[in-house]
Amino acid sequence: MNRLLPFIGFMLLVGLFGFGIWWNTRHDPNAIPTPLLDKPAPAFNLPQLYEPEQTVSKADLLGQPYLLNVFASWCIECGVEHPVLTAAAPTLGVKLVGYNYKDAPADAKAWLAAHGSPYALLIADESGQTAIDFGVYGAPESFLIDAKGVIRFKHIGPITPEVLATKVKPAIAAMLKETP
Amino acid sequence: MTPELGQLALILALLLALAQGVLPLLGAWRGNRALMAVARPAAAGQAVFVAIAFGILVWAFVHFDFSVQYVADNSNLELPWYYRVAAVWGAHEGSLLLWILILNVWTVALAAFSQKLPEVFASRVLAVMGLIAVGFLAFIIFTSNPFGRLLPMPGDGADLNPVLQDPGMTVHPPVLYTGYVGFSVAFAFAIAGLLGGELEQAWVRWARPWTNVAWAFLTLGIVAGSWWAYAELGWGGWWFWDPVENASFMPWLVGAALIHAQAVTEKRGSLRAWTILLSIFAFSLSLLGTFLVRSGVLTSVHAFASDPRRGVFILAFLTIVVGGSLLLYALRAPKVAGGKAFNLLSRETVLLIGNLMFAVAAAMVLLGTLFPLVGDALNLGRISVGPPYFGFLFPLLMLPVVLLMPFGPFLRWGKGDASTLRQVALRAGIAAAACAIVAAFFVDGRLKAIAGVAALAWLGVGVLMYALKRWRDVPRGRRYPGEMAGMLLAHLGVGVFVAGVLLTESLSVTRDVRLAPGQSERVGSYDFRFDGVHRVSGPNWQADQGVVTVSRDGKQLIVMHPQKRTYPRGQVQTESAVDAGVFRDLYVALGEPMDAGNIEGAWSLRLYDKPFVRWIWGGGLLMMVGGFVCAADRRFRLKRTVAAPAAELVPQETRA
Repeated sequence: MNRLLPFIGFMLLVGLFGFGIWWNTRHDPNAIPTPLLDKPAPAFNLPQLYEPEQTVSKADLLGQPYLLNVFASWCIECGVEHPVLTAAAPTLGVKLVGYNYKDAPADAKAWLAAHGSPYALLIADESGQTAIDFGVYGAPESFLIDAKGVIRFKHIGPITPEVLATKVKPAIAAMLKETP
Repeated sequence: MTPELGQLALILALLLALAQGVLPLLGAWRGNRALMAVARPAAAGQAVFVAIAFGILVWAFVHFDFSVQYVADNSNLELPWYYRVAAVWGAHEGSLLLWILILNVWTVALAAFSQKLPEVFASRVLAVMGLIAVGFLAFIIFTSNPFGRLLPMPGDGADLNPVLQDPGMTVHPPVLYTGYVGFSVAFAFAIAGLLGGELEQAWVRWARPWTNVAWAFLTLGIVAGSWWAYAELGWGGWWFWDPVENASFMPWLVGAALIHAQAVTEKRGSLRAWTILLSIFAFSLSLLGTFLVRSGVLTSVHAFASDPRRGVFILAFLTIVVGGSLLLYALRAPKVAGGKAFNLLSRETVLLIGNLMFAVAAAMVLLGTLFPLVGDALNLGRISVGPPYFGFLFPLLMLPVVLLMPFGPFLRWGKGDASTLRQVALRAGIAAAACAIVAAFFVDGRLKAIAGVAALAWLGVGVLMYALKRWRDVPRGRRYPGEMAGMLLAHLGVGVFVAGVLLTESLSVTRDVRLAPGQSERVGSYDFRFDGVHRVSGPNWQADQGVVTVSRDGKQLIVMHPQKRTYPRGQVQTESAVDAGVFRDLYVALGEPMDAGNIEGAWSLRLYDKPFVRWIWGGGLLMMVGGFVCAADRRFRLKRTVAAPAAELVPQETRA
């Protein structure tokens, strides 16, 4: 009997690990709570990518909701979500704003020329200073901002078809229902 | 096309591993020599195909083949070639491939050097190694293919995590894995012994150097990891008790116990069942470490954790390997167990106490590491225990080990004698007390530091006394065989390590300061003058580099250059400046500029004076050297059929 103890102890551990895996599938381990959720988006004033002398501020965008998509030409995952965004943009229900992050403008333009642009508006944050105010961890990230300038939803990582259907669209629908 | 060849090579390796794992076992069972003879060629063939796969992945990195997803994720055009090679094991898939490659190196070595073992036993050992390889090859092929394609091929890749772009981090994983995987040899021996229902002392003698080498590599790996964390993370700490560190520390603790248990079993035949159990535990904990790090059960913020299939696979593998071994142990251990009885006052007793302490410490670390999971399971929320838990319990458990260590060598096998012990205790005790009193004047009566000095004196004098005894009692040439010298070195290493830890912890001075160019700050007896920041660039990074001039009593000692690097993908990495010394390290980490736009203004800086911090790694390196020296003992390599009874090893007094 004594010699069975290590085996029994180990089987208890296996039970615990099995539980751990199950628990992780139920809870998103990558969910990083953003302190900005349901708070006003930070004020910003950034140049447009194609017309750098014209700047866009937070106030300019008030009045209608938009999905702010942080991307960069150097970011591989952005290439993964790009076709998804391109296909979804017309039926999204909100304006898609491209936030070009820590990128050389020439690289960004070449990348958009190659892959096409789903964005209604493109702003550039070459230094990444404003992104710090948004709490951007890296590209890609997406922020859903409502007509009053409040962040309603945030997604870290690429928007895959699954993320689009299960997270982004429901968040947009919930927001539009509340403030038509 | 080439990456697909890599995958094909892995599949062929898996088939050969299956042959190596199954056929020799059948052969050993049915007494079929032809089936047993499959083991060695199958092992060699498997190693060739794994090496080909590994070579292809290296080649893909060196030649920027971004059509391979893994290459595109972990390297880019600007990454220097040496970090591109290191990037092979910079993430999940590649590090798994490295694991398998190292397993194959061990297996081939085992196949080559096991000619002297009885055929049936050697076949079983090699088969167990084959079955382990089956599990890992299946894991990599079915869940973690490093050769997956990324189409269309991007023009450039992402980046190797900048934290890993450091010389220490390039060697750390291979060395650590060599240690982890090395315990598979002791494991295979234990399983083969259980299967056959006997464990000859001579076979244990044959296995000992392998365990010692594995443990020494693991020691080096942990030391390298600790040194890297210290130099790279900018916190000036050398151990954080985080799950990944604990994953490597648990097998180390059990491995240390195993080394000593094997010595007892080899020399006296006692503790057989315990040696077998420890062999299973040491390798199981290596696997468990892999599971904890790779499954995402604990380190859930890591990106590679997101695939639950991987977790399920490793858990199933772990259940079969560890659960199966422990069940086998429960069924067969009574048949294998046995050995000579020993007195309460004997070398066996001291070694057993040390063993139990190491085993309990490993269990304690395991419990602490799994605590967040237990919290989830009992619905208590995410609770975790940190350094306070480990920092309190671990020294408590190691105290008896340190106190007993000098006595071990002086005690005889079977039955010791108390008068020698009294003499050792008296002399080492007086030395420790004297050193403690002297030290007290230098360290302002700080208890931890005094304890560190006393521990070093206690262990150091113990080692010295035994070395002297050998010098007096034993004729020249036979005084310090490898096994003896290795033991003395490793035990001295423990003393140096303990002294380093306690002195650093009690005497270190840390200052978080804000300095404008030209301003100075006094840390301990050193003056750190900040001379501003300028831009520099390296092969694939740009950095703000600070200039800090350190002086003591008005005499300039050194100019230090801490950096804050920015890598092409926007990641920021601090590169601390460390002035290493035998008796103290000076350490400067660059924080943030006070005014974000103006790097020429004031900065926040972190300044450390860390006395004796090198002794921590020095002690670890001594332990490592001890492990290698011990493994090199000629006695382990004597040319004789090891199946013969080891009568001449039994000391005179017990034969009567």
